[in-house]
Amino acid sequence: MNVTRGFTGRPRVHRPGLPPGQYDAGDDWPVLSAEVTPDLAPADWTFRVDGLVEEDRTWTWEQAHALPGSVYEGDIHCVTSWSKFGVRFGGVSVDAFLDAVRPLPSATHAVAYSHTGYTTNLPLADLTGGKAWIAFTYDGRPLAPEHGGPARLLVPHLYFWKSAKWIAGLRLLDHDEPGFWEQNGYHARGNPWEEQRYSGD
Amino acid sequence: MTEISSPPAFTPPTRFAIPGRIAVTHQGASVWQTATLTEIRRETPRAATFRFAVPAWVGHVPGQHLQLRLTAEDGYTAQRHYSLASAPDDSGHIELTLDHVEGGEVSGWFHSEARPGDRVEVRGPVSGFFAWPGDRPALLIGAGSGVVPLMSMVRHHRARGLDVPLRLLVSARSPQELIYAREYGPETTAVFTRSAPAGMPVGRMTAAHLEPLLAEQPPGGWEAYVCGSNAFAEHATRLLVAAGQPVDRIRVERFG
Ligand SMILES: Cc1cc2nc3c(=O)[nH]c(=O)nc-3n(C[C@H](O)[C@H](O)[C@H](O)COP(=O)(O)OP(=O)(O)OC[C@H]3O[C@@H](n4cnc5c(N)ncnc54)[C@H](O)[C@@H]3O)c2cc1C
Repeated sequence: MNVTRGFTGRPRVHRPGLPPGQYDAGDDWPVLSAEVTPDLAPADWTFRVDGLVEEDRTWTWEQAHALPGSVYEGDIHCVTSWSKFGVRFGGVSVDAFLDAVRPLPSATHAVAYSHTGYTTNLPLADLTGGKAWIAFTYDGRPLAPEHGGPARLLVPHLYFWKSAKWIAGLRLLDHDEPGFWEQNGYHARGNPWEEQRYSGD
Repeated sequence: MTEISSPPAFTPPTRFAIPGRIAVTHQGASVWQTATLTEIRRETPRAATFRFAVPAWVGHVPGQHLQLRLTAEDGYTAQRHYSLASAPDDSGHIELTLDHVEGGEVSGWFHSEARPGDRVEVRGPVSGFFAWPGDRPALLIGAGSGVVPLMSMVRHHRARGLDVPLRLLVSARSPQELIYAREYGPETTAVFTRSAPAGMPVGRMTAAHLEPLLAEQPPGGWEAYVCGSNAFAEHATRLLVAAGQPVDRIRVERFG
């Protein structure tokens, strides 16, 4: 262990639910995105699922909202070291979209992409079984543009760069394909509990 | 004979992408190394530059950042990202410039405790998205400590004697809070938001500050680099887009 002389850190109470190397950001919700926040009206937002599926499908804002609603209440973790406790997102489970397109048995991974062109890769298993959402609201209000509004992917059990803002679609693949940050050296999966920050972690 | 074919990578139907022309190494991204503090230079009442010896540093492209980790005696660690302030060189040294954030855990240690000889851990450089290798005309816009990665670019430009156009628009609260004030040359325009020298206007960066810079479009156009707090990044990128700068030629580094 490489102790830093004179560093004690902030007085801390052990916070259950805080992954290693993370701190509690409290009420703060830092914004980190590499691109210009797009000016994207709900009427112009669409969400498409294609690739290794029986039938491609694109949903409009209205059509996506006609699917059964689903809420996530819990924590989120950003690779830049902050975590946020007790957040509440409203949207639709990714399962509901996948059920409609019927993934082929060969589909193992997905690339999530944004209306900005941002991409991130995920094993399909991290998107199914009630673990991922297309989120439209935060704390009961429309999701702010800088946080990905009108709609973002939400995969709260992984570092937050996986939860692509301004989500435009999922392409199902039979292989893993690194996305934007993954090509920039970040970990392929990004599990905060295993501190999978950079490739090789 | 076996044929190895890899499926074509998926490109989404939009323009934003990692610049393929910028080759960065990710070699250092997963390995923690010891950085020994060799020098502390005060920049402003709130910001100081910390110079470190990192003998095995793999080098960086201006604009990249690193991850820094402090460890307490009980094993507790705090890690934060910091932009590289120094231009790449082969001296085995790197420099970071830290703002003293009120109540900040890591910047607080640096500003009140750190002294030459202290050791911290770093890994990187990380992320190539905000990097500028010096090959394209660059319009740099920063506020507060957001000028740090941009200064690495300016220093690189000077050290290499590059003649590719480079302009820096930097916003600070006052002349006293302008980081690297002594180092700016004719490439730089400063904007002061709270107090300014006599005869200079006080106020936020506006379209009028950008106009002359965007009017002198170099061949091929500017690559814009915006860095600072999220509020500043939102403001500056909105001005750029409104002034006609293509969104896929704007790179943004937000400090959170
Ligand atoms: C890519 C990137 C590059 C960056 N580059 C630079 C750079 O070049 N220079 C630079 O100065 N910064 C840079 N930053 C910001 C830097 O990473 C840190 O966020 C900054 O130094 C503050 O860290 P800290 O530990 O001092 O403050 P923190 O401890 O993180 O606190 C931040 C704020 O939150 C409050 N706070 C948080 N938790 C608590 C708590 N439990 N109790 C009380 N108060 C709390 C603090 O009072 C403070 O106001 C960069 C960030 C990113 C993402």
